[in-house]
Amino acid sequence: MKIFVAILLMLAAPAFSQGIGPTPALANRQLPDPAKEAEATRLMHSLRCIQCQGQSIADSDASMAATMRAEVRQQIVAGQKPEAIRVWMIERYGEWVSFEPDFKGAGLLLWLTPILLLFVSFWLARGLFRRRT
Amino acid sequence: MNRSWLLWAPLAVTACIGGLATYGLVVPKDEQVRSAMIGQKLPEFALPPATQGVLPLSNTDMGDGKPRLLNIFASWCIPCKAEAPQLEALEAAGVEIDGIAIRDRPEDVAAFLDEFGNPYRRIGSDSEMAVQLKLGSSGVPETYVIAADGTILFQHIGDIRTEHVPMLIEKLKATR
Repeated sequence: MKIFVAILLMLAAPAFSQGIGPTPALANRQLPDPAKEAEATRLMHSLRCIQCQGQSIADSDASMAATMRAEVRQQIVAGQKPEAIRVWMIERYGEWVSFEPDFKGAGLLLWLTPILLLFVSFWLARGLFRRRT
Repeated sequence: MNRSWLLWAPLAVTACIGGLATYGLVVPKDEQVRSAMIGQKLPEFALPPATQGVLPLSNTDMGDGKPRLLNIFASWCIPCKAEAPQLEALEAAGVEIDGIAIRDRPEDVAAFLDEFGNPYRRIGSDSEMAVQLKLGSSGVPETYVIAADGTILFQHIGDIRTEHVPMLIEKLKATR
């Protein structure tokens, strides 16, 4: 009986919590042109998946990420620039969708804080050395 | 030179970081990703009917002078089953609802409509989620208020509960 139950458990199919629709053709297939594929992959690593938040669409296996990868590859094939595709995504999901914050608004603080801290620490260190001599 | 105030600077910085950490712990995180398409026209799309006996849906079917709800759902989505009575109530109140079925099979959509009723005027099938992406929608279920001219006015994320029904009716009335 135990063996029978064990066999049943092994045969059990996982639940389809994401639906059973087809995966877009370009979601998991590379583009024939390696240069274009490299461009697309670089962009995919810097776009955030909407479904499994925190993962890039290149890393995620969620159906939404598959759709987004297909969209990126389709637009690259159509001759669109990667940064224009990023803007296209931001127009739909907001700044949140990009892993590379823009050089404006709150993003400005993010970019400039390290530089500011570097200057402050130089200034503090300078004071220390002066006292010693 | 008196720089004793500088001694307090590290403590002040630490206190700031501590405050930020406490804020992060106390204030619940909002994990909803809102669409950035609110206030804009519906994107162009044309979807085939989601199952036999329903009408297809394209963007030109909406924005024809009458405000409507656009409901994004799926037969495999449990909150979509929970909101079915509320959609029925909205339909009974004279609201026209268009649907988009996400990653679904015609037979599953048919079974879903049989079990939970069909409040939809039209149902398009978005099997590859391409239109969902165009809308800036992040999951199922979601409901959009579409103005008489096809502008996306409002996005409701998650299932429609009883308390949301009057609010949605208000929003539709306000656009007329």
